[in-house]
Amino acid sequence: MLTKSLVNNINLMTDKTIHKTIIIGSGPAGLTSAIYAGRANLKPIVFEGNQPGGQLTITTDVENYPGFPKGVMGPEMMDLFRDQAKKFGAECFFKHVTKVDFSSKPYKVYVGDEEFLSETIIISTGASARMLGLKEEDELMGYGISTCATCDGYFFKDKNITVVGGGDSAMEEASFLTKFAKKVTIIHRSEMFRASKIMLDRAKNNPLIEILVNKSIKSINGTQKDGVSSIVLTDTISGQESTFDCEGVFYGIGHNPNTDLFKGIIDLDDNGYILTKPDSTLTNIPGVFACGDVQDDHYRQAITAAGSGCMAAIDAEKYLEE
Amino acid sequence: MSDKTVKITDENFEELVINSDKLVIVDFWAEWCGPCKAIAPILDKICDQFGDKVLVGKVNVDEVKQTPVKFGIRSIPTLLFFSNGEIVKQEVGLQSEQTLIDNVNQIVS
Repeated sequence: MLTKSLVNNINLMTDKTIHKTIIIGSGPAGLTSAIYAGRANLKPIVFEGNQPGGQLTITTDVENYPGFPKGVMGPEMMDLFRDQAKKFGAECFFKHVTKVDFSSKPYKVYVGDEEFLSETIIISTGASARMLGLKEEDELMGYGISTCATCDGYFFKDKNITVVGGGDSAMEEASFLTKFAKKVTIIHRSEMFRASKIMLDRAKNNPLIEILVNKSIKSINGTQKDGVSSIVLTDTISGQESTFDCEGVFYGIGHNPNTDLFKGIIDLDDNGYILTKPDSTLTNIPGVFACGDVQDDHYRQAITAAGSGCMAAIDAEKYLEE
Repeated sequence: MSDKTVKITDENFEELVINSDKLVIVDFWAEWCGPCKAIAPILDKICDQFGDKVLVGKVNVDEVKQTPVKFGIRSIPTLLFFSNGEIVKQEVGLQSEQTLIDNVNQIVS
């Protein structure tokens, strides 16, 4: 069994420093708060979590973030955010916070058995892809079911695949996947699409994309060895079932806020999003702030996340001054 | 790719992975895969921590044609843990540093 001194090769683990701010999460919200906190000389520590850079690292072209008229690749953009944060003194670690304790000050954040202390906490844990909740997901995720079109589309060259969902993510994934697939079928449970007009039109006008409405997926057929072979659909109006042959199922059905860590600790709304006081990032706990998708069910854009990350750093700085 | 890891090809797979006396973590990755880039520094750290007991081999799925198909890779990143020529563990998708360290500890001890 490795001793702590071997596991922790960073000095900050072995001392009991009370940091000024710890930022949990490293998407646009977390890294923007790191830039501002760094510039305010708060020497922020960022725990990047299981998806360093956040949701944009699993997308390709980001066309709507201001300042990039030619677009920018998601992972590249997040590398730029991180470089900028480090320039101003933020220390970023690929560590995933497993527990928090905000019952007394200084606040405590845990990565396994490593404990970190801080006067303020900025929560920017974002959101994760929602699953359909089918029992086949445990077995077939990564073997034909995917939540990352950019990671896995490559393995479905010349195949018939499906994308589930009706929002911008689903439209973007479907369009992206036509680079590889023989045919992409979008499956949506109603006729109403959340997607923006531009993205929906792009999908509709793509000859390789077909859209099936009023269908939900009942089950997915396949094995780890041979992948997915077909899915069973239920018509959401008639209830009639049908089998649809396909070799891949890509999920684009939205996200759940990553707030399991904070259940029973911070006030959450009915959908699990962190509640923040209007026009601020303040949570119900003084000195704990929330920014980005984890507290935003409405806008969920990189630019709004970045904006709220800036607010969180300013709110934290003000709190520390008082 | 860092200097702590080795580049695996269809040609050197048998020698470097199957015939190795160490635990070999084979990392299937690609340039365009964000989570693959995120897992790279974590694997570097594992090399540092476990030294001679572990070898991390990288398979770039764009360049290496047969090996990914042979192992039925359908998603990246995928990590296959080889010990004495056999797959003893497999992880699909981005994993936390702690999960990977626990996996390695379990196998080498």
